Amino acid sequence: MWRNKRLYQVLGLLLGMGCFAGAAAAQTASTCADCHGALDAPLQVTAEQFAADIHAQKGLTCASCHGGDPSKADMDAMSKAAGFRGKVERKQVPELCGRCHSDGAYMRQYNPSLRTDQLSQYKTSVHGKRLAQGDTKVAVCTDCHGVHGLRPASDTRSKVHPLNVAQTCSRCHADAAYMKSYAIPTDQFAKYKGSVHYEAMTMRGDLSAPTCTTCHGNHGAAPPGVGTVQNVCSNCHVFQSQLYEKSSHRAAFQKAGLPGCVVCHSKHDISQPSDAKLDGGPEAACMQCHKTGDVCDQARAEILGSLMRLDQAIRNADQVLADAEASGMEVSQARLEQDQARDALTKARVSIHRFQVPPVDQDVQAGLKIAAKNLQAGQDALRERGYRRMGLGVALLSILLVLVGLRLYIGKIEQKAR
Amino acid sequence: MRLLKHVHNWLDERFDWAELTAPLRKKSVPVHGLSYWYFLGGITLFLFGVQICTGILLLLYYRPSASEAFESVQYIMTRVQFGWLVRSIHSWAANLMIFTAFAHMFSVLFLRAYRKPRELTWVTGMILLFLAMGFGFSGYLLPWNTLAFFATKVGTDIAGQLPVAGKWVMIFLRGGEEVTGATLTRFFGFHVAVLPGITTVLVLVHVLLVQKFGISVPPGVEERWKGAPEQAREMKFFPSFFLRELMAWYIALAVLGALAAVSPWGLGTKADPFAAAPVGIKPEWYFLFMFQSLKLIPAKVWFVDGELLGILVFGVAGLLWLLLPFFDGCKGGRGRRLIMGAGMFALGFIVAMTIYGYVAK
Repeated sequence: MWRNKRLYQVLGLLLGMGCFAGAAAAQTASTCADCHGALDAPLQVTAEQFAADIHAQKGLTCASCHGGDPSKADMDAMSKAAGFRGKVERKQVPELCGRCHSDGAYMRQYNPSLRTDQLSQYKTSVHGKRLAQGDTKVAVCTDCHGVHGLRPASDTRSKVHPLNVAQTCSRCHADAAYMKSYAIPTDQFAKYKGSVHYEAMTMRGDLSAPTCTTCHGNHGAAPPGVGTVQNVCSNCHVFQSQLYEKSSHRAAFQKAGLPGCVVCHSKHDISQPSDAKLDGGPEAACMQCHKTGDVCDQARAEILGSLMRLDQAIRNADQVLADAEASGMEVSQARLEQDQARDALTKARVSIHRFQVPPVDQDVQAGLKIAAKNLQAGQDALRERGYRRMGLGVALLSILLVLVGLRLYIGKIEQKAR
Repeated sequence: MRLLKHVHNWLDERFDWAELTAPLRKKSVPVHGLSYWYFLGGITLFLFGVQICTGILLLLYYRPSASEAFESVQYIMTRVQFGWLVRSIHSWAANLMIFTAFAHMFSVLFLRAYRKPRELTWVTGMILLFLAMGFGFSGYLLPWNTLAFFATKVGTDIAGQLPVAGKWVMIFLRGGEEVTGATLTRFFGFHVAVLPGITTVLVLVHVLLVQKFGISVPPGVEERWKGAPEQAREMKFFPSFFLRELMAWYIALAVLGALAAVSPWGLGTKADPFAAAPVGIKPEWYFLFMFQSLKLIPAKVWFVDGELLGILVFGVAGLLWLLLPFFDGCKGGRGRRLIMGAGMFALGFIVAMTIYGYVAK
C-alpha cells in the first residue's frame, strides 16, 4: 500500500512537470501563424512558407519586420502598444531590409562574407532613384527576393538564383502595359532567350554566363551606358577588350557616340559569332559603316580569307585523320594536336578585335602550320595503310602458295605410301 | 637435304632419334566425316604459340606502370618497326585462341571425346580454357586505356561479390581497394609469369594425355566400324595429319595477318581514374554472356542478392562442367543424355546472351 502511494506521488510529479513545460512552450511560440496560416491571400502566410524562409531559419520572427508581440493572443499581439507596424509600405521596404542588411556587425553573425552595401547601391539604381521620387511601381527588395518564403540566392528555387534572374526581371520589364509609362523597350527578355548567353546559362548550366544583373548590376541596376559597355563585356571577354582598346575603332566609336561591342554584337540577343559577320552577307557587321572597296573593306576581305583558309585546313586534316582512324591507324597524337590548330583559329578570331590584318594573320599562320603537320601525319598513316595492305596481299599469296605446295606434297607422299 | 640428313644422323647416333620418334610414327588419326574437328586443338595450340612469340616481342617495349603503360603501347603502335603488327596479332590471336578453345571444348563434348579413359584430358582442357579467359582478363588491362580500366573495375567488383572471401579476392586482384597502378603491375605479373607457367605445364600434360590415349572416335562412327571393320580408316599422324594441321595453321596465320592489317587493334584513350565510366561499357565478348546474365537477374531473388546468386550459379555450373565426364556413365545412358542436353543448352545460352549483350544498350 505504501509502495503504491509513493508510485502515485512520482507519477503526479511527472505529470505536473509535463504540464508546466507545455504551458511554457505555449507562451514562447508565435501566435501569428495561428491566424495567418488560416487566412486567405494576401494575408495568408503558411507554416510551409515560413519554414522555408531563410530569415525564419536563422531565428527571426514575424515581429522582426512587422513588429507586435507574437506571444500575446488574438489582436493584442498586433496592437500599437505592442509595437505593431502592420504591412510594410513599398517605399519603406528598402530601409526596413537595410536595418539589418546594412549593419555589418549584425550581419557578420549570420554570414561574414555577405555584402552590406545593398541599400546604398540600391539608392544609386534607377529603381532606387525613382522610388525616392515617389514612384512605387519600381522594384523594391521584396519584388526580386520575394517575401515570406524568401530563399538565399544560392538556392535554385530562389527568384534571384542566376538561373531565375532573367525571369524575375522580365516580370516587370517584359510587361508592356506595366512599363508603358517608362517608354523603354520590353523585348529584352525575349531577345535574351535567343542569345548565346541564355543558351550557356540554361542549356549548358554555366552559372557564370551573363544574365541581366551581370551587365546591369543587381542592387544598383542601371543601363551600362554607351561609354561603359566595353567595361561591362570586358569582365568576361578580357582579351577582346584589350585588343579593342588598342584598335582604331575605339576612338572612332567614341567620337560617333557608338556603344562599343554592341555595335557589332548587339546586346540582349547576342548570337554565336561566326565568320559570316565578316562577309558581305546579311550578318555582316563591317558593312553597316564601311563602304565596299574601301581600305577597311579590303582588310576585312583579307582577314576573312585567312580565317577561312585555316578553317578549311583544319577540316581537311580532320577528314584525313578520321579516315586513317577508321582504318585502325594510330593517329591519336595528331588528333590531339588538331586541338592546337583549333585554338589558333579561336585566337585568330579573337585577334580580329584589333581590326588589323597582321595579328590575325600571325595566328592563322601558326594554325596552318599545325594543321599541315597533322594533315601530313594523316596522309602518312593512309600511305602506311596502303603498304600494310600490299604487304598483306604478298603474305596471303605466299601462304596460298605454301598451302598449295603442302597439299601437293601430302598427295605425293600418300600416293607413294599406297 | 644432305645437311638435314647429316643432322638426323648426328641426332640418331647420340639420342637414338628413331626410338624417340617411334610413338609419333606409330600414332594414327581416325578418318571419318567429322575428322575436321580434330584440327581445333592444334589450331588453339598454334595460337598459344603465337601469343608466346608476340608477347615476348611486346615485352621488349612494354612498361607496366600506370604512368607509362599507355604511352609504351602507343609507342609500339606508332614508332616501333612492325610494332603495330605484333600487337595487333597478339590481340587478335588472343581472341581467336579463346574462340577456338571454346569450339574445341564443344566439339569434344558433342563428339563425346571426354569418355573414359579421357576424363583427365577433358579436365585439363577445361582448366586451360579457364586459364585462357584469365589471360584475356589480365591482358585486357595492360594498355591502361579507359575501357580496360573500367572493365577491370567492373570485373573485380564482381569478384568482390563472392561470399566469404569476395572482399579478400578483390583486394588481392587489385592490390588495394581500388583499381590503380598496383593492379596493373599485378595483372602484368599474372599475365606474363603466373598464367604462362601454369598453362605451359598443363598444355604439356594435356598433349601427353592425348598422346597416351590417342584420338577418340565418335561413338556413332565407332559402332558403324564395329559392324563393318573394313570401313574403318585412319591416317598416320606423322606426316599426313601433321602436314594437314600445318595447313590449318597457315590458314590461321593468314586470317591473323588479314585481321591485323585490315583492322589493327585499337588503343583508345588513356585511363583516367577520376573520369566517369563510359556509358554502356561492356567486357570482352567471351565474358559478355556472363555479364549480360548478371545484368538481367533482379537485385533480389527472394532474400538473396541477385548478383551474388548469379555468381554462385556460374561458379557451380563451371565446376560441374569441369567434372562433366564423371556423370557420363550414370544409370544407363541418362547421364549421357543429360550432358548432351546441357551442352546444347549451354551453347545456345552463350550464343544468345552474347548477341543480346552486344545488341542491348
